[in-house]
Amino acid sequence: MAEYEPVLLASIGKEDSHRLRVYEATGGYQTLRKMLCESTPNNVTDLVKASGLRGRGGAGFPTGLKWTFLPPNHPGPIYFCLNADESEPATFNNRILMEQDPHQVIEGLILSCFATGAETAYFYIRYEYPLGYDRVQAAVDECYAAGYLGKNIFGTDFSLDLYLHRGAAAYICGEETGLIESLEGKRAWPRIKPPFPAVEGAFRKPTVVNNVETVACVRHICDRGPDWFRTMGVLPDPDNPRDPGSFGPKLYCLSGHVERPGCYEAPLGLTVDELIERFGGGVWKGRRAKAAIPGGISMGLLRHDEFDCPLDFAGPGKYGCLGLGTAAVVVMDETVSMIDFLHNSCQFFAHESCGQCTPCREGTSWALAIIKRIQAGKGRLKDLELLLEIGDGIGIIPGTTICGLSDGAAWPIKNAIRKFRDEFEQYIRETNPGGYARISPAIALQEAEHPS
Amino acid sequence: MGTVIIDGQKIEIDDDQPLNGIEAAKLAGIDIPHFCWHPGLSVVASCRMCLVETGRTDPKTGEVSMLPKLVPACQTPATDGTVFLTNSDKVKAARAMVEEDLLVRHPIDCPVCDKAGECHLQDYHFLHGQPERRADIKPFHSRRRDVGRSITLFVDRCVMCTRCVRFCREVTQTSELMVVNRGAHEEIDVFPGFPLDNRMSGNVVDLCPVGALGDKDFLYSQRVWFMTRHAHVCSGCSTGCSVFVEENQDRIYRIKPRENPNVNRWWMCDEGRYGWKHVHDRRRLVQPRYRDNQQWVGIEWAEATNRLNAVLRSANNPAVVLSPHMTVEQAYLLATHVRQLHPQAALVLGYIPLRSEDTAFPNGLTIRGEKCPNRRGVQEVANGLGGEITSWDAFLERRLAKEQYDVVWIAGGYKKDWNGALTVEKFSGVDTLIVQELFASPLTDRADWQLPAAASFERSGSFVSESSRLQSFVRALRPPQGVMAEEQFYWQLAGREGLYNGSQLIGEIARAIPYFEAAVDGVPELGVDLRVNQLA
Repeated sequence: MAEYEPVLLASIGKEDSHRLRVYEATGGYQTLRKMLCESTPNNVTDLVKASGLRGRGGAGFPTGLKWTFLPPNHPGPIYFCLNADESEPATFNNRILMEQDPHQVIEGLILSCFATGAETAYFYIRYEYPLGYDRVQAAVDECYAAGYLGKNIFGTDFSLDLYLHRGAAAYICGEETGLIESLEGKRAWPRIKPPFPAVEGAFRKPTVVNNVETVACVRHICDRGPDWFRTMGVLPDPDNPRDPGSFGPKLYCLSGHVERPGCYEAPLGLTVDELIERFGGGVWKGRRAKAAIPGGISMGLLRHDEFDCPLDFAGPGKYGCLGLGTAAVVVMDETVSMIDFLHNSCQFFAHESCGQCTPCREGTSWALAIIKRIQAGKGRLKDLELLLEIGDGIGIIPGTTICGLSDGAAWPIKNAIRKFRDEFEQYIRETNPGGYARISPAIALQEAEHPS
Repeated sequence: MGTVIIDGQKIEIDDDQPLNGIEAAKLAGIDIPHFCWHPGLSVVASCRMCLVETGRTDPKTGEVSMLPKLVPACQTPATDGTVFLTNSDKVKAARAMVEEDLLVRHPIDCPVCDKAGECHLQDYHFLHGQPERRADIKPFHSRRRDVGRSITLFVDRCVMCTRCVRFCREVTQTSELMVVNRGAHEEIDVFPGFPLDNRMSGNVVDLCPVGALGDKDFLYSQRVWFMTRHAHVCSGCSTGCSVFVEENQDRIYRIKPRENPNVNRWWMCDEGRYGWKHVHDRRRLVQPRYRDNQQWVGIEWAEATNRLNAVLRSANNPAVVLSPHMTVEQAYLLATHVRQLHPQAALVLGYIPLRSEDTAFPNGLTIRGEKCPNRRGVQEVANGLGGEITSWDAFLERRLAKEQYDVVWIAGGYKKDWNGALTVEKFSGVDTLIVQELFASPLTDRADWQLPAAASFERSGSFVSESSRLQSFVRALRPPQGVMAEEQFYWQLAGREGLYNGSQLIGEIARAIPYFEAAVDGVPELGVDLRVNQLA
């Protein structure tokens, strides 16, 4: 593959890259001016549709299509919510954009609002990003002062007000309707769909929710055109009529046991191996890799012999994972215990389950109790079946929950046990030789943790 | 019209009446288990107990295409061509999963839980649960805290259906209850310093599908399977809520609302719910007696009937005060009997307890300020019999002095004191004062005849609500020993044979008084709207 020149990360690491004058010096807001003065909202939507841009937040829904779900000729108001509640473990691509190049995001956001007809935008940033919050707020202030936000931008009919809203540290606010509920000042319990936000969203008005990286891509699509965007990525699978393909650049977050962790930009379709070798400098200390998370903890696990998995929207699914997710790859070397991994994962989801739907609320905490007991050396082989049953039972794919975040809670359980079953069984046999097969009822968790 | 197919059964549905899967299945006689859905509250689809398979019939080919995933029936509209499968293996597995999930942290303290016997979690476990408990997690708590004056919360029994939270937000609009914490740590709670305190708070206990919310008034007082449920009508105000009286051996333990879309929907107010304590008050009058040379002399009811008839016959100018607590039948029996003896006898509409303004709840009921159940019914009976009707105030202030009534019969049945020495003074010119009351009052002390009254739940008859709905009921419990319910007493007084026959009598009233005409063919369970015939 030819050397790729970063676009989204072009300014990262440069001095004062978060300042308006630096951004303007590299041609910032020229695309916005051109589009607002010379183009129409429909034209921008058409560009985005033609580019094949898919949402960067995790689900990979085609962005242009999402915009067209808005009711046509709506009298307004239409709201635009920017989802910067980047809470997926190991994911920090939005953070880099917000902290180091907020104007790129805001320009993309304004263009997206122009396309969708939204005159009010909410920038929902997670609580844990204090620097990002300060930088974005400073950038918004600069934009108002420079006339890029506010009434009649560039003297056109288009006006936009942007509000920065800081979350209160909950994973569930990354779910688009959970975000909307939280924005409205309510408990972030995802809404039942339909109605989808495009029809009835924030404050019961049509609403678009897009990810930070998605709107950053919109800025470059408007600048360089959809054809440029489609030169990168993976073509649609001819055998799958529902696959729209994966085009454009993507920010990959690489962490875990690699020599050079970080956020790297590459065209979609990079394999895990390429990412580790070309960007990450190989596995840490020259060890062997054991497994990797393909796109945030909720997407599941890849075994080391599956590292040829291409990281595009369709790739990880073919290897039994949930999807590309946020493209945050965590590499685990051979010293990592999968029991510990699963414990960590279950703990996260038990803590972050919003508690609205019974299967997720009870399933995640029950799974955590079981894995805790296994870890404490009191596991039974049949616990693995129970864990799999819990994992298979929750999510919007079987239809047992309202939102898709519970699928993300289920996938690490399913992948870890199905792909590393031998390790789990061996651990249980070794740590609980007397009773791994039979003891029933099992020793209660409290006693398992504190043996008398 | 449209057709919905549920487990192979074809159900006809109305297009203009939107139904969800649970309601449509009910029409087919199929019960889809659910916790969070309630017809009177918004849909949250969070308990996931009502998961079913669904699909659509192609209107042209008739082929059915099913969705691959399960959907909650509460959230899925049943429209023309919708197909529901409620008993497939997939559905059964999902129900078993949800039921098992809900029991993971449940204390399973059914033996000491008030809800046992009427608990959805318990019932569904027997119907849909796993045979074996696999969730071997300790410890079980049974934490309890009060959330309001009369409501207590058993925290760990809760299944987070949020019905109580939605009730407080959507019906009473007081929003006291809320969900705190997240995930498996979620609990129902109130904001510190703002307890559950509204006029319909007792409904959250009825709404709770499990034993989490308990009514302190009922707590640990009776097992639900020992009680007998009687359909009755609340006498607390002129709304006339349909209720169930739950008693065991003639002792009331609780009152619950009875669903009636025309009156109270699914709710009732706390005043009515707890307003039965006077029934079992030890101070109730239980002995008919008359005054003989300033001495009270007890008398048997049969003897009293004869002697009172003699008093009425020999009267020159009698007056009858009809209480708004009387049933239609009682008022009719007493008034017609007296009018038969004295066609010009005065009919007086008794004292009407009025308190505060009417309070209407959105998506709910109206609590009336008129604290008696049958003012309209009694008034219409008196109207129907013709002649002059006097209000209580006019009677006291003017008529009593002017008309020189020699015999006055006051039917009471009030729950509280309602008269005083000033009232009594006005009766100084009356030769024979007959007072029928639940409790002693200055008026009963002044009376020449004291007749004990029955409480409303001890009576059979009909009430007419403020909105002209007539509801009939049969007594829920027997009156205390010594008390004869008025309808039977008046029946005998009027010389009618045998026992009081309510259904025959309401037919007679409906033929005699045009206002009651709509009740001529009997009164259905949810009552009859008397305005129907007036419009025609």
